[in-house]
Amino acid sequence: MAQSAEHVLDHIELFRGPEYQQMLANKKMFENPRDPAEVERIREWAKTPEYRDKNFAREALTVNPAKACQPLGAVFASVGFEGTLPFVHGSQGCVAYYRSHLSRHFKEPSSCVSSSMTEDAAVFGGLNNMIDGLANSYNMYNPKMIAVSTTCMAEVIGDDLNAFIKTSKEKGSVPADFDVPFAHTPAFVGSHVTGYDNALKGILEHFWDGKAGTAPKRERAPNEKVNFIGGFDGYTVGNIREIKRIFELMGIQYTILADNSDVFDTPTDGEFRMYDGGTTLEDAANAVHARATISMQQWCTEKTLPFIADHGQEVVAFNYPVGVSATDEFLMALSRITGMDIPEELARERGRLVDAMADSSAHIHGKKFAIYGDPDLCYGLAAFLLEGGAEPIHVLSTNGNKAWEAKMQTLFASSPFGQNCHAYPGRDLWHMRSLLFSEPVDFLIGNTYGKYLERDTGTPLIRIGFPIFDRHHHHRSPVWGYQGGMNVLVKILDKIFDEIDKKTNVAGRTDYSFDIIR
Amino acid sequence: MSLATTQSIAEIKARNKELIQEVLKVYPEKTAKRRAKHLNVHEVGKSDCGVKSNLKSIPGVMTIRGCAYAGSKGVVWGPIKDMIHISHGPVGCGQYSWGSRRNYYVGTTGIDSFVTLQFTSDFQEKDIVFGGDKKLAKIIDEIQELFPLNNGITIQSECPIGLIGDDIEAVSKAKSKEYDGKTIVPVRCEGFRGVSQSLGHHIANDAVRDWVFDKATPESKPTFESTPYDVAIIGDYNIGGDAWSSRILLEEMGLRVIAQWSGDGSLAELETTPKAKLNVLHCYRSMNYISRHMEEKFGIPWCEYNFFGPSKIVESLRKIAGYFDDKIKEGAERVIAKYQPLVDAVIAKYRPRLEGKSVMLFVGGLRPRHVIGAYEDLGMEVVGTGYEFGHNDDYQRTAQHYVKDGTLIYDDVTGYEFERFVEKIQPDLVGSGIKEKYVFQKMGVPFRQMHSWDYSGPYHGYDGFAIFARDMDMAINSPIWKKTKAPWKDIPKAKLLAAE
Repeated sequence: MAQSAEHVLDHIELFRGPEYQQMLANKKMFENPRDPAEVERIREWAKTPEYRDKNFAREALTVNPAKACQPLGAVFASVGFEGTLPFVHGSQGCVAYYRSHLSRHFKEPSSCVSSSMTEDAAVFGGLNNMIDGLANSYNMYNPKMIAVSTTCMAEVIGDDLNAFIKTSKEKGSVPADFDVPFAHTPAFVGSHVTGYDNALKGILEHFWDGKAGTAPKRERAPNEKVNFIGGFDGYTVGNIREIKRIFELMGIQYTILADNSDVFDTPTDGEFRMYDGGTTLEDAANAVHARATISMQQWCTEKTLPFIADHGQEVVAFNYPVGVSATDEFLMALSRITGMDIPEELARERGRLVDAMADSSAHIHGKKFAIYGDPDLCYGLAAFLLEGGAEPIHVLSTNGNKAWEAKMQTLFASSPFGQNCHAYPGRDLWHMRSLLFSEPVDFLIGNTYGKYLERDTGTPLIRIGFPIFDRHHHHRSPVWGYQGGMNVLVKILDKIFDEIDKKTNVAGRTDYSFDIIR
Repeated sequence: MSLATTQSIAEIKARNKELIQEVLKVYPEKTAKRRAKHLNVHEVGKSDCGVKSNLKSIPGVMTIRGCAYAGSKGVVWGPIKDMIHISHGPVGCGQYSWGSRRNYYVGTTGIDSFVTLQFTSDFQEKDIVFGGDKKLAKIIDEIQELFPLNNGITIQSECPIGLIGDDIEAVSKAKSKEYDGKTIVPVRCEGFRGVSQSLGHHIANDAVRDWVFDKATPESKPTFESTPYDVAIIGDYNIGGDAWSSRILLEEMGLRVIAQWSGDGSLAELETTPKAKLNVLHCYRSMNYISRHMEEKFGIPWCEYNFFGPSKIVESLRKIAGYFDDKIKEGAERVIAKYQPLVDAVIAKYRPRLEGKSVMLFVGGLRPRHVIGAYEDLGMEVVGTGYEFGHNDDYQRTAQHYVKDGTLIYDDVTGYEFERFVEKIQPDLVGSGIKEKYVFQKMGVPFRQMHSWDYSGPYHGYDGFAIFARDMDMAINSPIWKKTKAPWKDIPKAKLLAAE
């Protein structure tokens, strides 16, 4: 018996002992396992170009996709507004999943309700679920706003949110003037970034265009403010705080649209804050008057930005700007739009990032990377690698489309380091596995699920993306701004140095190269 | 110290009843009426806990429950390692449940084992409009080409499948025929069916009955000779290795485990289970159906057991041994004796640190009752408990064998109720799920996830009890809980200063 009270062994060590190993070996006879030689043969075959070609010929099956469904993005955007309770109309299991998913990434509570539709609602529609659900949520959780989105069940049966909310108000579920913006967010269209876009547009539409016919439309009276939209972002906590700091340094008046940086980073001080921070409803309404809106993620705001442009604002979209040039462009755009100068403090931060990249350039230059994630994140990280002289050889986005691919290829074409790089829209992580076997790279950048690729292909994983379940707290640090760029640089360098050390640390065999100074 | 130990039972009952009345006030009248039936204070001697259960959750209240898909793919089928489980429908369901349940297994992932892969048909609008059967057929072809060592396929239906009228049974049959009788199992576990995960368990059990037991497959035939000591572990999902730390005890007492359902399980094990002499059933809620079926059809008796904490383990080992001859009965005693020094050492180390601490639980399956004994072995007391998706037979077992007089019972608790209960009762520990974890930790209340073992485990068996004790101690006695209030602000209530 290996277990003891003095030194308690959990799953990490317990099962590696001889008693359990023997037990597991004995269990095999009941499993009718495949011949180990055959397993080995297929394992090797799955690494070949032949397998890769078959894998890329897939038309129907998806294996290990790097995307989630629309309502997740809708919930993410909704909690960015003051006192807002996301309400997802449809099956209840979905909401349990969104809440778990967000909690596992942010290590924070995630509050959201469902209208708990079941078989009878599938037949008769979910109107009663909406009527009761809104009344219950309103009474129990005292929200300032309830933002409604949908699961695929409600979409398939064709429930009409606008009509349902109207009826619910008539039935007294919530006061007539209570804000209940809505967005249809079918899971079978787009991904979580689409859901973010739809929900945000739904909320702005509600406040700007007359609250579903119950109030006059807002007359735009242009002011000096700038609206800022972060998009679906695993680093929202650190990033939005960094962006606020930059705005304040530049003296820009701003409104963050969907500011979920506080609700996903509440203190442990004896009080559970179901709501915290967020864009005030007044600011959301008044955002129509801003001179311009900046989106950090083009593919998170494909509908929202044109909607805003139609209201007379200038709109500018970036692709998850990371690093020197991308941040330069972001700041210069801010300066151009507002007429405010970029202060010396930011110029010094820029200089420090350039300094750091120059100091470490020898370790990044020429290294080959694979990246996967949301389309904008992929673009931002690839651009950053290129400016460090690295080669983002494989860039894969399950929720990227043809337009994204074209934009990526233009980026590659713009750099001598991009010549051997390719973008893979609509592909999944099983495709990536084949790429890593047949065209190996030095490092992989992706979310937690990349650890399976790291294990199978031996490509070291640098965790940047969403979700990150198995490392803690990185979302609290920014990856935007020059300081955020520094964080990304350090993440990458740490992995590079760790790998060199791992390869040179066998005493008596690889003592050389195990350098104390790098 | 816990309130429960400083108050009389009558006081506790009165307080709990008052608490229930208090939380009900927040609801609109209709909802209050419905929720009132799910909340109660347990009266000793009653045959159940006096709550309604397995009813629809109320819209908008923030239920903690999941859906039938979660019960089938997430719980019952997902852990079967040599089969490929297709999340059939849009991408989300499979994505959110990908790898998060910690069903450990041994195998070459992606080659002969597939538990931690996410296979999805990633439905697009055209699949909803024109139906997904053709896509499903093609997916099965592509699986056969790219994953040739899979031993079978299941189709885990997501909500749209049942709404758009797809015939996944026909596709399964046709493809099974095309691939020489390959096991292909269509499962109608659409998320809108039933009221919780529970119906998904039942549907998944029925799918084993109809699509595994009732047909032979070429891939996996029994390859062993039966013995009088063959048993199957039913309803253990090997979370953090639970089934392994259970299996080792059964084997040490002289039994032979021929199948695990379904943690680290294989299709062959499902198929050969009817050769077992006894089915030992851990999670009654999720697998009683198939156990009853095997009893009726194959005459295999089944026996519920509880491997949480030494008291229940001893009771269970003897109960299981009671189905066999003296050799096994002696084996059980030998196992009990072998582990007694470990039990004594664990209790000597941890009980003084945990004595008198109070716990509130809200979990699924068997845990709202099954873990109570393990807490009691450590001198702790469970003062409130409830089931996410229990039925009345769960509450009967709870009342008759587990909870104490005056325990607060909350079925399908809402976020609001659970927060208020914990706020008022101020337990030393809350055991529930990921959605609840951070809510209570923010409040300064120590917490352990009791679905995933908070990424620890195993908790089953003697080896697991040592880990359980360690984990509860580290949760309750972490020095960080003394620092939740800034020193220049109000001094926290004495009771939140654990381990004084």
